[in-house]
Amino acid sequence: MAFHRYDAVVVGAGGAGLMAAIQMAGKAKVAVVSKLYPTRSHTGAAQGGISAALGNTEEDHWEWHMYDTVKGGDYLVDQDAAEVLAQEAIDAVYELEHMGLPFNRTPEGKIDQRRFGGHTRNFGEAAVRRACYAADRTGHMIIQTLYQQGIRHNLNFFDEHHLVDIIFTDDGQCAGVVTYEIRTGELHVIHAKTVVIAAGGFGRIFRVTSNALAGTGDGVAIPYRRGIPLMDMEMYQFHPTGLYKLGVLLSEAARGEGGVVRNRDGEAFAVRYAPTLADLAPRDMMSRFIWQEVKEGRGIDGKDYVLLDVSHLPPEVIDEKLPDITDFARTYLGVEPKREGVPIQPTAHYAMGGLPTNVDAQVIRDPQGTIVPGFYSAGEAACVSVHGANRLGTNSLVDLVVFGRRAGKKMLEDIETLDCAELPKDADAFAREQIDSLKARQSGERAADVRKAMQDIMMDNVSVYRDEGLLLEAQQRIGELKESYRNVSIMDKGSTYNMDLLEALELGNMLDLAETIVHGALARQESRGAHYRGDFEARDDVNWLAHSMIYAEPDGSLRLEKKPVVITRFEPKERKY
Amino acid sequence: MEVTLRIKRFNPETDKKAHFEEYVVDVDPRDRVLDALNQVKWYQDGTLTYRRSCGHGICGSDAMRINGRNRLACKVLMQDLGKRVTLEPLMGFRIEKDLLVDMDVFFDKYKSVKPYLIADNPPAHGERLQSPEERHIFDDTTKCILCAACTTSCPVTWMSEDFVGPAAIVNAHRFIFDSRDTAGIERLQILNKGTGVWRCRTVFNCTDACPRDIKVTEAIEQVKRALIFGDQ
Ligand SMILES: Cc1cc2nc3c(=O)[nH]c(=O)nc-3n(C[C@H](O)[C@H](O)[C@H](O)COP(=O)(O)OP(=O)(O)OC[C@H]3O[C@@H](n4cnc5c(N)ncnc54)[C@H](O)[C@@H]3O)c2cc1C
Repeated sequence: MAFHRYDAVVVGAGGAGLMAAIQMAGKAKVAVVSKLYPTRSHTGAAQGGISAALGNTEEDHWEWHMYDTVKGGDYLVDQDAAEVLAQEAIDAVYELEHMGLPFNRTPEGKIDQRRFGGHTRNFGEAAVRRACYAADRTGHMIIQTLYQQGIRHNLNFFDEHHLVDIIFTDDGQCAGVVTYEIRTGELHVIHAKTVVIAAGGFGRIFRVTSNALAGTGDGVAIPYRRGIPLMDMEMYQFHPTGLYKLGVLLSEAARGEGGVVRNRDGEAFAVRYAPTLADLAPRDMMSRFIWQEVKEGRGIDGKDYVLLDVSHLPPEVIDEKLPDITDFARTYLGVEPKREGVPIQPTAHYAMGGLPTNVDAQVIRDPQGTIVPGFYSAGEAACVSVHGANRLGTNSLVDLVVFGRRAGKKMLEDIETLDCAELPKDADAFAREQIDSLKARQSGERAADVRKAMQDIMMDNVSVYRDEGLLLEAQQRIGELKESYRNVSIMDKGSTYNMDLLEALELGNMLDLAETIVHGALARQESRGAHYRGDFEARDDVNWLAHSMIYAEPDGSLRLEKKPVVITRFEPKERKY
Repeated sequence: MEVTLRIKRFNPETDKKAHFEEYVVDVDPRDRVLDALNQVKWYQDGTLTYRRSCGHGICGSDAMRINGRNRLACKVLMQDLGKRVTLEPLMGFRIEKDLLVDMDVFFDKYKSVKPYLIADNPPAHGERLQSPEERHIFDDTTKCILCAACTTSCPVTWMSEDFVGPAAIVNAHRFIFDSRDTAGIERLQILNKGTGVWRCRTVFNCTDACPRDIKVTEAIEQVKRALIFGDQ
């Protein structure tokens, strides 16, 4: 076992983690822990853009951005947080530019902006150009730029270290983390005053997803097992346009530039459901429109997919603004988007829920907002909540930068005043036991089989459409799979790059999260944003204008509490586009 | 469709030398090589080791030699490879285990060219201006995902350990030709050394290997021209 002491540990080197770390660089002793090399983080997959009301190509105001965010989230958004998001987005984008991010430019040399789903002018009148972008590689440019800054600031990277445990004292202060060094198999205890979880999302719980194989939610599941509640886990976004069967994302930018989605009759059907925004209706709605079309037999060849059509766009727009996503269609489906429609279906994309935090990225432990000293979270792992029941496109990248930055700043402040919490004697005992028992088991279930079963049930029963019957079945199945998981055995017993072991640990994390998603979805007897219940089709503001907070009880059961939504400027209204 | 994968295996804990092992997999023609590898790992031999993450060619984790050419396992489809497929780790780096190599040297070389914007103080409010034409000049080299496919395909890197290699040059190019950057000269001086661009023999392996279709050799040539004519 190796031992280290730091002022701050940043878990995750995606956009949120790097942004937090950069704030502290040179001012505190910071360790950045990541199971992947930083540039492999899934922030690099983000395509379409990052929104900020710069008003570079047409009039725009942060209040409009805030409104769209609140409405897009079906009013489950905490409006104090949305205000911070929309206001600070502007500076955050400029900061990225100053760091060197190569945005596309307007003829005058300013950052260019384009349309994106749910972003409107003047409180819903019409689509507005708000998404700043670098072709369809915005996330790639963000992760590269932030990593470059990390090198420049000489950040201390613990690359290929896998978080396996988080240490809290008995009175609830965070004391550090335990990581597993993938190269050697050695455990490291990092004793720290502050820890921020920026370990990303968990799309891999579902069969069809846009998320990386590394998107297994470790950073969310581990604190949950340590008593931290998870918020709004039932709010999981399905993006309407994933490549058929593969789930690889085709950005909303395709529709922002004028693409449309067509059914078997060639009809661009979105306008029938959303007369004002049509194909730029928010994702939860678009995914449901597709689901409805398929259900009514208008999928292509009667199957469960439809077509994304950009063939009417000028070829130079496709080459200049959508080069990567059209390349995906060619590479993986052998389809030429300049001539034909691309087969797509909704794909598991983004976790609105996660570790509950306040606007300073401090993790809270109850509906009253009591903070967990020394413990922070930002990015997709966190739930501030700026996305509510449905995230708008481009708002995650904003979230990473704005709240990653806030996390770093708050940690810097707290490092001055917090005392390092005392470490328990056997800080790595739990992690060691977990690993040893997985390695020791000589035979048993294959992790791949359990994982596949989990992904199938979550996709079939807990995705775009849910109802009590489907959810109860999923609950039972996940329970059985958790039982099977106790018998999972691995073939690789070695210490060097034992990915077999890590995949098994990741599966354990995903099963715990899957259970919370189902639990939240069963409890929430209404339809709101991404959470659609066929048996409760209406939104229920009387009972459910509230966040869910789910706790793991010592006896293995789950407990749910409600936390009121913060409403400041915009009273909940019916959500129409 | 049945395919035989010939995979180069090496476990530092038990093996003195690398050797090949064969696995038969049943794949869909449209499956990626990565899918075939996962099939082996998940259902046949859990000890098989490689890096992977995004699965669609943007994170740069799974560069390897596929039938002798450097490719990303997630960007090559099985239908394009035939019935026997040979998979080996990238050449020129120390093998850690199976298809997974030590990337430290690669990242050290990348860091040696100062791959970050060096510029005067930004405006107090708003962005630095840059015309679409200025932005276009370095567009190609912004696409690099640091997968090392180019560097490990270059015969010069195989021969001489100290050559910075194509990927580092690509990333230097990205800043040398960025109108906002002020440290182009510094980077050119680094690349003018014995370890820099003059080692390049214009073999074009790097360009062929790049999964992002970056015109790597051309970028290297532009750096050479900037060194000779000062036209950056
Ligand atoms: C295909 C795609 C396109 C998208 N496009 C857009 C877009 O255009 N606009 C937008 O706003 N949003 C977009 N999103 C969403 C957005 O990209 C993500 O939500 C966001 O990048 C997540 O960033 P993050 O920093 O929270 O986590 P990530 O970038 O996912 O990083 C997670 C980090 O945590 C580390 N980590 C994870 N587990 C562990 C562990 N156990 N131990 C140690 N380290 C660990 C990883 O190594 C990684 O460094 C897109 C998402 C996808 C999938």
